[in-house]
Amino acid sequence: MTTPLAGYLLVAALLFAIGLAGALVRRNAILVLIGIELMLNAANLNLIAFWRFGPHPEALTGMMFAIFSIAVAAAEAAVGLGLVISIYRHTNITELDKINRMKG
Amino acid sequence: MANTPFFTNFDQIFIILRDWLVSFLPSPWRPAACVVLEVIAIVCVFPGLFALTTVFERKGLGRIQNRLGPNRVGPYGLFQPIADGIKSLTKEDIVPLSANAVVHFLAPLVLVVTVFMGFAVLPMGRNMVLVDMDAGLLFFFAMGAATELSVFMAGWSSRNKYSLLGAMRAVAQMISYEVVLLLSSVAVVMITGSLSLPTIVAAQNSYTGIFPHWYIFTPWGLAGFVMYAIAATAETNRSPFDLPEGESELVAGYHTEYSGFKFALFFLGEYLAMFSISGLGTTLFLGGWSAPFSFLTFIPSWIWFFSKVMLSIFVFIWMRGTLPRLRQDQLMNFAWKFCLPYTLLNLIVTALWHFMGEGWMRWVVCTAILVAVYVFMGRVEMRSEHFGPRRYRYAE
Amino acid sequence: MNVVFYLLAALTIGGGLAAVLLKHLVHCALATTVAFAGLALLFLQLDAQFAGFAQILVYIGAVAILIVFAILLTRGSELPKGGVFSPSWFVGLVIAAGIFAVLAWAVLESVRAVPQQTAIPDVTVRDIGNALVGRYVLPLEIVALLLTAATIGAVIVAMHEKERPKP
Repeated sequence: MTTPLAGYLLVAALLFAIGLAGALVRRNAILVLIGIELMLNAANLNLIAFWRFGPHPEALTGMMFAIFSIAVAAAEAAVGLGLVISIYRHTNITELDKINRMKG
Repeated sequence: MANTPFFTNFDQIFIILRDWLVSFLPSPWRPAACVVLEVIAIVCVFPGLFALTTVFERKGLGRIQNRLGPNRVGPYGLFQPIADGIKSLTKEDIVPLSANAVVHFLAPLVLVVTVFMGFAVLPMGRNMVLVDMDAGLLFFFAMGAATELSVFMAGWSSRNKYSLLGAMRAVAQMISYEVVLLLSSVAVVMITGSLSLPTIVAAQNSYTGIFPHWYIFTPWGLAGFVMYAIAATAETNRSPFDLPEGESELVAGYHTEYSGFKFALFFLGEYLAMFSISGLGTTLFLGGWSAPFSFLTFIPSWIWFFSKVMLSIFVFIWMRGTLPRLRQDQLMNFAWKFCLPYTLLNLIVTALWHFMGEGWMRWVVCTAILVAVYVFMGRVEMRSEHFGPRRYRYAE
Repeated sequence: MNVVFYLLAALTIGGGLAAVLLKHLVHCALATTVAFAGLALLFLQLDAQFAGFAQILVYIGAVAILIVFAILLTRGSELPKGGVFSPSWFVGLVIAAGIFAVLAWAVLESVRAVPQQTAIPDVTVRDIGNALVGRYVLPLEIVALLLTAATIGAVIVAMHEKERPKP
């Protein structure tokens, strides 16, 4: 952690890896979505860190990107969880390895 | 007369007191000591007001219901909060066996902490705001949003179906009305051009003749204030929106399994949320700390702020004693089908107000639009209700 | 690198780890909320106040509650039979570790090319507002359209199907 920027980027990379591990390792569909949200948050942290320590912070590019990313992530969480609820209502299952047929 | 040194000093008396107390410390410690003193002041004043409000509420509700309130402890029952405090501190703290101990413990803490944070941005008098943030209003709403999670934590961790039902209803209601609350505040931000609360108060602090420029005296301001008041009542789970904690419905809703000091913390959190939302409502619409008439500016600004907040609390108590409770589906219908479209229309009317320029024309047009839509939507929503003489059906 | 950064980083990473490792779903959702809060505080440390408060308002105030409601509506309160980790958990872990290794190597290698200290950017909400309706008006409108479509889509996807009339 020689510079502050490297510190923030490493935290973001670690959070991204944790989110990815969560999305790949857990069985429940909702935990996959939680992993995806953690990955999006890590990317936001990256954006804001580069905005702060980058050459032109007054252009606001990083902050704008992060704010739009927050909005899009919220929308995607809503649709994703709607899908999970709909599948549960149809098949009574939330474990992803059991939902392996197109029939039904 | 309000500009004489005596009255300006009286107005700024707390600032002068703070500066005098801090001057005893060496110079590098002074900013931190200032902040600590102000935080101590907030932590002492608002729970003190909470104690006063509990008596006020019980006496007020009692009188509305044609009975005396508590009148045994102290003159006119004024020492009742001391008795209540001693009772709740000495009660046994029961945690259910199958409850989730960590979350059960943290829920009242999270509630009280986030509600206290909301007080940091309210301007309680001239120059009397704890932190003058550029995005102060956004900070206040962020703290309000964090409150909802603590309600859910309380209800879920108790492993009690009544608590969970109460918590789900409370969270659904709070989310729906939060949208209305935010949008009705956006109208004020549009006209003022800033999210910082002291700036919003300063914009309302001028007078034409003797009448103030408060935003409630404009058509969009009045509509916005009515929507804000409805949403504030629903956000703090007060009657007529108190189905989540209705005593006759759900035992005690999400705080069923809490006893002793934790219940007192929930109670404190609910009343503090009421104070802070009333404080924000007076800042946005009622002119914050500014006096109602230009000849009354000699009275200190903090007296005006707290009077307006206590007036809002009185209106809350009045509504609790008078109106019947709304059912959950009526409440949600009301939020999404009436309040939200009306608040969006209010935003459009605010923009129209701004772009029409000064003059009597904009008053007429904006008032006409708001009143016409209100009447029209009322007729549309109520078309399935049949008012008239009651019809009876008897068993044959 | 000050103490506050290390504390906040520990809070965020701890929350993330708890979110993917705990067995009970509601605990995972609450740990995710802690991670979101830690991230919001990190944004505030990076002088991005608007992004920090928007993070609290949107993520903790809406997304966390959405996750919790979804867990309760899909009966996530009971523990599933057969364990909570999928059979191929080791491969997933290796992939995630590999990605972290690549990213960390990239960061540490390129650290020399970045300036050491920059001035605090003086950004007000007014600047953000001007940028939103000036330079970024097209993304704003597209995001508005996207959010409308997402709202309608989520309602339609999760709505109860109408009962078909029995023959």
